[in-house]
Amino acid sequence: MKTMDRESTTTTETEAEELTGAEIVVRAMRDQGVAHIFGYPGGAVLPIYDALFQQEDVEHILVRHEQGAAHAAEGYARSTGKPGVLLVTSGPGATNAVTGLTDALMDSIPLVCFTGQVPTHLIGADAFQECDTVGITRPCTKHNYLVKDVNDLARIIHEAFYVATHGRPGPVVIDIPKDVQFKKGRYVGPANVEHRTYRPNTKGDPRRIEQALDLIAKAKRPVFYTGGGVINAGPAASRTLRELVRATGIPITSTLMGLGAFPASDPQWLGMLGMHGTYEANLAMNRCDVMINIGARFDDRVTGRLDAFSPQSKKIHVDIDASSFNKTVRVDVPIHGDAGEILTELLAGWKARQASLDAAAMKTWWDEIGAWRGRRSLAYRHSDTIIKPQYAIERLYELTKGRKTYITTEVGQHQMWAAQHYHFEEPNRWMTSGGLGTMGYGVPAAVGVQTAHRDALVIDIAGEASVQMTIQEISTAVQYRLPVKIFILNNEYMGMVRQWQQLLHGGRYSHSYSEALPDFVKLADAYGAVGLRATRPDELDGKIMEMIEVDRPVIFDCVVDKTENCFPMIPSGAAHDEMILGDTDDQPGVTEAGRQMV
Amino acid sequence: MSPDPTQPKSAYFLVEEHEAVIKRTLSVIVDNEPGVLARVVGLFSGRGYNIESLTVAETDHQKHTSRITIVTSGTPEVIAQIKAQLGRLVPVHRVVDLSVDRPGIEREMALIKVAGEGDKRVEALRLSDAFRARVIDTTHTSFVFELTGAPSKIDAFVDLMKPLGLVEVSRTGVVAIARGAEAM
Repeated sequence: MKTMDRESTTTTETEAEELTGAEIVVRAMRDQGVAHIFGYPGGAVLPIYDALFQQEDVEHILVRHEQGAAHAAEGYARSTGKPGVLLVTSGPGATNAVTGLTDALMDSIPLVCFTGQVPTHLIGADAFQECDTVGITRPCTKHNYLVKDVNDLARIIHEAFYVATHGRPGPVVIDIPKDVQFKKGRYVGPANVEHRTYRPNTKGDPRRIEQALDLIAKAKRPVFYTGGGVINAGPAASRTLRELVRATGIPITSTLMGLGAFPASDPQWLGMLGMHGTYEANLAMNRCDVMINIGARFDDRVTGRLDAFSPQSKKIHVDIDASSFNKTVRVDVPIHGDAGEILTELLAGWKARQASLDAAAMKTWWDEIGAWRGRRSLAYRHSDTIIKPQYAIERLYELTKGRKTYITTEVGQHQMWAAQHYHFEEPNRWMTSGGLGTMGYGVPAAVGVQTAHRDALVIDIAGEASVQMTIQEISTAVQYRLPVKIFILNNEYMGMVRQWQQLLHGGRYSHSYSEALPDFVKLADAYGAVGLRATRPDELDGKIMEMIEVDRPVIFDCVVDKTENCFPMIPSGAAHDEMILGDTDDQPGVTEAGRQMV
Repeated sequence: MSPDPTQPKSAYFLVEEHEAVIKRTLSVIVDNEPGVLARVVGLFSGRGYNIESLTVAETDHQKHTSRITIVTSGTPEVIAQIKAQLGRLVPVHRVVDLSVDRPGIEREMALIKVAGEGDKRVEALRLSDAFRARVIDTTHTSFVFELTGAPSKIDAFVDLMKPLGLVEVSRTGVVAIARGAEAM
C-alpha cells in the first residue's frame, strides 16, 4: 500500500507556531492536561528529554524499567480516569514496554506511549537500537503512528489522546524518529484537531433499551453482571448503576475488573463471580432467567464451561465494543454504546414505567441466594500459630477501610484473595492485571497511583514470586518519596501454579517453589525503604499499623501458610454449579479435557 | 485439544458443535495510511480467520481512501466477529458484506500462460475464444491470455488449459461491488 504524508484532520492556521518536534511533544502533553509522565531516557529520545528539562508543566517520573513505566501509567490512568503517558527510547525501550501495552489493551486502559525511533534515513537499516516499533506494537495497541513529518506531529499527538480515551479505551503508540524531534514544524492545539473518521457510538439504540426493560420487568430471577466498562465510563456511571440496582432490587455481581463500581457493603452485592468468585454469585449466574451484563465481556475466567453457562437466561449485553457481542456467548439484547449513557437511559426508562418486579418471585429468588450465601464460600480455617493469607487480607482491610486506600496487586493467589477479602466501596480504587494476568504489575502500578494521589494510602498486595518481576521500581518510589506499601503474602511458592499442580498434576510441584528468596526486610533496607516482617497472627495488626503510619515506602514480608489454596474454585472445564468449595471437597469436573485448558 | 475454527473462542469449549462454514465477500473502506493493510492482515492472522483472497487499491485519491475486498470463510458467528473486529480498527470507515448487506457482483482477472505446439495450441486458442479471453502476448510456442470473470470461470478455464500446456497463472483476487444505483 502506498505511503504518504497528508492531512487527515481539519486544522486551521490560527494557532500555528513554529516549534521543534521535541518541543511540540511537551507542548502537546501540556495542552492535553498531562501533569505526570513515566519514562526512561535513551539516545533516540534525548531531544524530548532536553525539552522536558526546560519546563515545569509536565513532571517526569524516572522508572527503572520500561515495563514499569507502562504499568505505572496504567495505575495512574485507572485511579484518575485520565490517560496515562509514558516516554521510552527506541529498540529495547519500546520492546520492554510491550508487556505493559498489551496489558493495557486487554484491560481497556487509556495510555499514550511515546517511543523514540532512529532517524528517518536510518529506518530499515538495522541501526543501533532500531526495531520496527509500529510493527511490533500493532497487535498490542488500539492504534499506533510513525511520525515522518514534524508538521504532522501535533495533530497525531492530539489524535492519539482522542483515540486512547474515546470508545473502548486502549493504548496508543506514537513512534518519533530522532530527526523529527529536532526539526522545526507547525504546532496546532487540541481544539484545532478533530479525528477524520473515528467516532465511536455511545448512545444506545432506544428500541434495544425498551427490549431490555421489557425483559427486566418480567424477570423472576434477574442478576446484574457488571465489569470494567462501568469503571471506564467514569464515576457517574457507577452512581447510576447503584441507583438502578437499588431501584430494581436486583442482585449484582461483578468481574474482577469491575470491583468497586457497586459497594461491597450493600446487601444486594453478591461478591465477585468467576473462577474464584463466590458460590452465591456463580449460582445466581447459573440459575438466573435474565442476565444484565453492563460493560463485561464474558471472559473465560467468568463463564467457565460455555455450554453450561447460565443455560436458562435471556441475556442483555451493554458494551462499547461491538465485537464483544456474541464473541463467546450468544446474547438476546445487545446494546452498543457507553455504559454510563445506557445506564442513564435504562434508569430513566425504568422510572418512567414506574415498574416493579414480581415481589413474590423476587422473594423466592433472594431466599435461594440467601441459602447459597449460607454456604459461606469464602470461609477458611483460622490458625493461631500461622498467618492464613485470607486472614492477612481481612486484617489489612479492617485496618485500612476507613482511609483513602488504593489497592494494586500482582497476579496469582494473592490477587484472588485480595479480590475476595478486600471490599471495595468506590470505583477507581482497585488496579489489577485482569486480562493479561501480568505478574509484576503491582509495584509499578502502585507507583503510578501514588504519583496521582500523594496523600492516599497505596498498597500493592503482592506475592513473593510476582513482586520480584518488577521489584526495582521500589527504587523509583524511594526517589520520588512515594510512600507505597508492598504487602507481600510470602508462601515461598508460585502459589497459583502450585495449586494447579496439586489439583491437576498429581502434586508434582515442578519448578513452582522459590528457592533462594531474598530477605525482603534487608532488601527494603538496601533500597532505602522500610522493611517489616510478620510471621505470627498475633503480631499482624501491630505490624500493619506500623506499615500504615510510616510515611515512606515499605516492603512488608507477611509470611503465610505455604500450602493454602484459593477457594472457591471452578476447575477448568467445569460449570458454575460445579465449584470446589474447599480442600476437603471432592474435586468434580477436573476431566482430562479440563486439564488441557489454561 | 486442537482449536476448532468453527467454535466460538474460549478456553472452555468442550462440546463439539459443527456449523456450516460459509463464504463471504467483504468490502472494507479504509484510510490509505501507512500500515493499514498490515493492520487488516494482522487481524486475520492474529485471530485465526481465513483469507481466501484479498485485493486493495486506493479508490479515492482526494480523500485518500482505499477499498479492500476480502473473501473469507467461517461459521456465521465467525463472520460476524470478523466484521465487528474490522469495524473497530481506527482507520476503517465501513465494512459491507457484499454477500448479505448488499448483494454484489464479483469479478477477478487472470493472466494465464500456455505453451504448446500443433493441435494443443489450436485447441487452447479455440477455448480461449469460447471463454472470451484475450490474447495479450504470443510467440510461436506460447500465449498469454487475459481472462476476466467470476472466480469459478477462471478456475474452469485454468483446468481446461492444464492438458494443453499450462505454464503459469497470475490472478488478481476478487473485486466486488454492490448491484444497483446506490453507493455502499
